[in-house]
Amino acid sequence: MPRPEGAVALVTGASKGIGAAIAQALAADGWHVAVNYRSDEAGANAIVSAIEDAGGRAVALHGDIANGAVDGLFTQAEEALGGPVLALVNNAGVRADNLAIQIDDADWDNVLNTNLSAAFRLTKRSLKPMLRARYGRIVNVASVVGPRANAGQANYAAAKAGLIGLTKTVSHEVARRGITVNAVAPGFIETDMTKDMLDDVVKAIPARRAGQPEEVAAAVRFLASDDAAYVTGTTLFVDGGMSA
Amino acid sequence: MATAVTPEAVEKVVFDALPQFGAEPGEITREATFEDLDVDSLDLAELSQIIEDEFGVQLKGDDIGKIKTVGDAVDMVVSRAG
Repeated sequence: MPRPEGAVALVTGASKGIGAAIAQALAADGWHVAVNYRSDEAGANAIVSAIEDAGGRAVALHGDIANGAVDGLFTQAEEALGGPVLALVNNAGVRADNLAIQIDDADWDNVLNTNLSAAFRLTKRSLKPMLRARYGRIVNVASVVGPRANAGQANYAAAKAGLIGLTKTVSHEVARRGITVNAVAPGFIETDMTKDMLDDVVKAIPARRAGQPEEVAAAVRFLASDDAAYVTGTTLFVDGGMSA
Repeated sequence: MATAVTPEAVEKVVFDALPQFGAEPGEITREATFEDLDVDSLDLAELSQIIEDEFGVQLKGDDIGKIKTVGDAVDMVVSRAG
């Protein structure tokens, strides 16, 4: 079944970095895009303008997904763009790195809540319009960290590994309704979030370079497309060979 | 505005919704089991969404687990609204 006309894609944490690139890639593929942001309003507005300048439709939506902004995001996205949310990209994520012995409860809870629990709540809410439409695309932005170890990121790794487990199980539950649930697992991508880490790790990447946000966005664009209708429950690594 | 919950109103919504999950209209009775109608757990979860939208009555996962027949579903919604 082809994507219904006027379908909306909601991308969390889309004011910059990987999320911004995903929002633009989905808009270029014909999705009407809700660009969610927590604090960077100017960044989100710039992405919306870029999408509109390229002939697409988008709206910037403020909402802290770690603190209850779930229902409102869907309602606002559907009202502003005039169609049901049939693609959800759980991209928003935070880091609070430390050795496990030094991670305090607040840093554990915050990372798990934003990176995993919020993704679950958004996924659950998104299934409502998707089940009704018999069509849906959920893409979770996981990480090579989780499937692989990375000292100093026990909280982040646990959340991202959890996201992959969530992806697989939900994919089984809803596959017969035309809804696919997949993950992408970026390696080291050049963004604000990783700029303090890149020099140390490039040597360990077979491709000998960091990835670009657009390279992750291209994978998400594929998984959200009609071409990927038979791809579900999988994790697509975009990591220059790190996990091979 | 949610529709008033009466056994007749709930029965109509449930009977009308079931064919979209593949149930044969001629086989839908209060006594029919969801298993017989080939209505599975995901279908019931979706049916509970339809009921919530129509009547404002929320069925929990535990409630849905106890439902065996179409009549059970109707009675459950009516009792939860009371």
